[in-house]
Amino acid sequence: MMVPLWMYLVVAAALFCLGAYGVLARRNAVAILMGVELMLNAVNINLVAFWRYQAPLNMAGQAFVAFIFVIAAAEAAVGLAIIISVYRSRRSVIVEDIDLLKW
Amino acid sequence: MFELNAQSLTFAVFSILTLGGGAGVVYSRNLIHSALYLIVSLFGVSGLFILLSAPFLAAVQVLVYIGAIAILIIFAVMLTQSMTQMRAILNRQAWLSALVMGLMFVLLVVAVIWPVFGTGGSRADIPVSDMVATTRDLGVALVDGNQYVLPFEVASLLLTAAMIGAIVIARDEDPK
Repeated sequence: MMVPLWMYLVVAAALFCLGAYGVLARRNAVAILMGVELMLNAVNINLVAFWRYQAPLNMAGQAFVAFIFVIAAAEAAVGLAIIISVYRSRRSVIVEDIDLLKW
Repeated sequence: MFELNAQSLTFAVFSILTLGGGAGVVYSRNLIHSALYLIVSLFGVSGLFILLSAPFLAAVQVLVYIGAIAILIIFAVMLTQSMTQMRAILNRQAWLSALVMGLMFVLLVVAVIWPVFGTGGSRADIPVSDMVATTRDLGVALVDGNQYVLPFEVASLLLTAAMIGAIVIARDEDPK
């Protein structure tokens, strides 16, 4: 007897909202990236849960999660490179200090 | 509807790890602690993948997220340490963000998850079948010409581009 589907969905929704709150409220750029990772993981939970409960013989759910892994790795690598580059020139990773493009 | 057995207990443990780790990520003052909480949270998600009979994804979760991304983030935290820890960790609109995200969570649960997928909802609450595709099926699907071979190749191209881009962006402009 498996846990009902809505429990996974509630956990995923809570994790997504936590991650989105981290993205919106934190001031440190690295912490914002961690919030993005949490949101991606919430989406992954949703995809795998729907795959298992609604279409366990169709590989779309698992394949999409595998692609999200790839996107997350690429995003983390480029994002952290940008953060380190900005830190080198501005001596800060606080996003409010990086306002060069703000008029 | 809900019975106490080994699986629901395991689900509860991994859910608490996931959400507790997530809360730790958002609320830790020290960024290193945030990164360690992130590892806890990612481990919980990997446990949920095991419960959902996706063992390959759970292994990849541990290898890629915990083994690579979390370590990358810890490196970035160490490379950018400054006087940031003495200042506030949240911006001035944090209470507004908390309000919006709390409302969004309540809305998601009340308006989407419970009516559609709850016990009285229109969609099946239990798995449609106990036959589950295996890791072998996933591997075949990823290289099958009729399924995901093109996205698979594009993903590898994207990874190469991201790697080269990261090196170019993070490289020192004028090496002495």
